[in-house]
Amino acid sequence: MTARTEEGQVPDLLYSEAEEDLRAAVRSLLDDRCDAPQVIARTESATPYDPRLWKALAAGIGAAGLLVPEKFGGQGAGHREAAVVVEELGRSVVPAPYLTSSVVATETLLALGTQDGPVAALLAELATGRKVAVLAVPFSAVEPDPSTVTAALDGMLGPIADAAAADVLLVPTTDGLYAVEAAAAGVAVEPLVALDLTRPLATVTLTGATGTLLADAGTSLAAVRRGLLAGAGLLASEQLGLAEWCLTETVRHTRERHQFNRPVGSFQSLKHRMAQLWLEVVSARAAARNAADTLATGSPETPLAVAVAQAYCSKVAVHAAEECVQLHGGIGMTWEHPAHLYLKRAKADSIAYGTAGRHRATVAELTELPAP
Amino acid sequence: MTAPDAAGLRRLTRELLAAHPPATTGRTDFLRARFDAGLAWVHYPAGLGGLDAPRSLQPVVDAELAAANAPDNDPRRIGIGLGMAAPTVLAYGTDEQKRRFLRPLWVGEEVWCQLFSEPGAGSDLAALGTRAVRDGEDWVVDGQKVWTSSAHVARWAILIARTDPDVPKHRGISYFICDMTDPGVEVRPLRQITGEAEFNEVFLTGVRIPDSRRLGPVGEGWKVAQTTLMNERVSIGGARVPREGGMIGPVARTWRERPELRTHDLHQRLLTLWVEAEVARLTGARLRQQLVAGQPGPEGSGMKLAFARLNQEISGLEVELLGNEGLLYSDWTMRRPELVDFTGRDAGYRYLRSKGNSIEGGTSEVLLNIVAERVLGLPVEPRNDKDVAWKDLTR
Ligand SMILES: Cc1cc2nc3c(=O)[nH]c(=O)nc-3n(C[C@H](O)[C@H](O)[C@H](O)COP(=O)(O)OP(=O)(O)OC[C@H]3O[C@@H](n4cnc5c(N)ncnc54)[C@H](O)[C@@H]3O)c2cc1C
Repeated sequence: MTARTEEGQVPDLLYSEAEEDLRAAVRSLLDDRCDAPQVIARTESATPYDPRLWKALAAGIGAAGLLVPEKFGGQGAGHREAAVVVEELGRSVVPAPYLTSSVVATETLLALGTQDGPVAALLAELATGRKVAVLAVPFSAVEPDPSTVTAALDGMLGPIADAAAADVLLVPTTDGLYAVEAAAAGVAVEPLVALDLTRPLATVTLTGATGTLLADAGTSLAAVRRGLLAGAGLLASEQLGLAEWCLTETVRHTRERHQFNRPVGSFQSLKHRMAQLWLEVVSARAAARNAADTLATGSPETPLAVAVAQAYCSKVAVHAAEECVQLHGGIGMTWEHPAHLYLKRAKADSIAYGTAGRHRATVAELTELPAP
Repeated sequence: MTAPDAAGLRRLTRELLAAHPPATTGRTDFLRARFDAGLAWVHYPAGLGGLDAPRSLQPVVDAELAAANAPDNDPRRIGIGLGMAAPTVLAYGTDEQKRRFLRPLWVGEEVWCQLFSEPGAGSDLAALGTRAVRDGEDWVVDGQKVWTSSAHVARWAILIARTDPDVPKHRGISYFICDMTDPGVEVRPLRQITGEAEFNEVFLTGVRIPDSRRLGPVGEGWKVAQTTLMNERVSIGGARVPREGGMIGPVARTWRERPELRTHDLHQRLLTLWVEAEVARLTGARLRQQLVAGQPGPEGSGMKLAFARLNQEISGLEVELLGNEGLLYSDWTMRRPELVDFTGRDAGYRYLRSKGNSIEGGTSEVLLNIVAERVLGLPVEPRNDKDVAWKDLTR
């Protein structure tokens, strides 16, 4: 899949034709079913996610199974393709459990390395989007803490992203990783009021719940780590898509909005800020593609590539969204204008799967630049 | 004849090495033979140092030559010729000009400089006032240029001068190749912030340039200069570097080797800059992949912006990291170096020299304007110089 270039060590950072086709399919679906007014309406409804949109995206386009090999009923593609989907979902701040279920939970299950049994069965259901699974690890974590839940499946966890939409919770315990049906006895999923309106959070309380043990503690820990690494890596693509939307809309708005008898976008103080953002978006794209490609090829560079992408892209997305609100003026502060959705998503994303500071600490470790 | 592929280039390079063993061949002779074999810049036309091959295959040749310890043409010493004069001569020169200038330029026998900026025309380069007046087969040039890097070692210069003051400024400029050894060319060192004189003032008094050394049509020098300037920006920001290959390298090494210098504040700043330098490296790599795939993007001007800011921030951090040593400076003696050296000497030098990175080759402010208008399509600011003859502009 990845064409090695003359650069040698540097992965292919471009998009292939197949990836561009996939992007076009996702984008046209989202244009139809998920424009900004629809997203805002959805955030005010009781059901955070539109099941028809999810079905079209997951099964219709086959996006949910991109990471899943064909023998488990998936598309057998990879992280580069999934990253393109995530990028588009970020561009439209789509409320859908893609990153949590189709990337993190799926990647975790794949990393268990099981060929049959409950893992394979669950993977097949995730690949078609018939079921949604989420990893019951706080959304801000880069590392699981299996001691939170005892082997008796007692404990409280949160905030868990997309738990409200999940059919299955993947719960790391001291014993290993359990699959717990969200509707089972002893499981309570309590919605929280989230900063990001488009990605619901909940606490999960287990009181002597029953579940299926998927793997022993050691295997589970490594698999959950891998799931979170993939989540952090592809989150960079979400941040890229989000930042790109913010820049494009800001350019469009400031070209059209007139004050002082000229377009406000002709004032140099604004032009320079947008040009600076452009440079950040271009750079974020290189970082995000690098993370996606290293994940796809299983390169030993993956942990560094992911940490670099997260340390960089979080800041770019927040900056782009903040500039978007500011350069839209008063309209940018309104509920009707979508800018606030992007700001809320960007800020929440800057905490998801580890803050930039946390990822810089990883960079320090991997590059042997230790703290004093 | 079809252009060679990677295997073909490898074979041709080995043939060159066999016919001119680097161990027994003089440096200049070897470089001339390499040029004549078409292995200088493989994407240039056959007969002009190239073989019409894809630009992306140059590393195949370079790797073979490096492995054989062949001499190189020291691109740093001939940066202006290689990065700016050559692409402009290739695009606009006559056949005779191309044959005369490209070979000695590439071999490094002839160094070039760029006579563009003037005391009154820097960012607003098209406002320049150096005059070129036609006299028979010659042009007679009078004026003053400034900040001219390497003028003291240059044999040739690319020069823009005003040939018609009665039309708006962009339309009355022509582009010439100036012989720096001609009577009337006077180069005076201009000492700079680092203490040395890497650039110069150049006074042009009654310099006669034959019309055969004009590049492009009379009055279209601004268009020709655009080729030069675009190449300048790509060549300043677009170099390919390994991880920690730029300014971040020495700082990271110092950090690793000298734990006594570490503080928490410096650690956070170092890591932020390390990440940014790594991302800039990847962005540059992506830009080159786009070029190879034939989808040239506007990322080039962005790279120069990123390069300037990073160099300045990293070298600034480095001076602080060094503490007491950062208070010292290697040498303030006024020298006239042959090389334009961004990374040389000590941290203090790097800090001071990098201040030029956001000025030379177009200031960062001007580049941001270019990105905003040409890449993002933002409206231009209202202008009051568009339809005014150059001679009627206020100066
Ligand atoms: C180390 C070094 C080497 C150089 N080598 C060469 C050389 O070899 N040959 C050569 O011809 N020239 C050379 N230059 C000159 C260089 O190209 C000019 O200095 C540069 O283009 C800026 O012009 P200026 O110095 O006149 O600054 P000015 O144009 O006077 O700018 C002053 C300030 O105003 C800002 N400014 C100007 N116009 C605008 C605008 N429209 N919008 C916003 N801000 C603006 C600038 O960014 C700057 O901050 C060199 C310069 C340096 C520092």
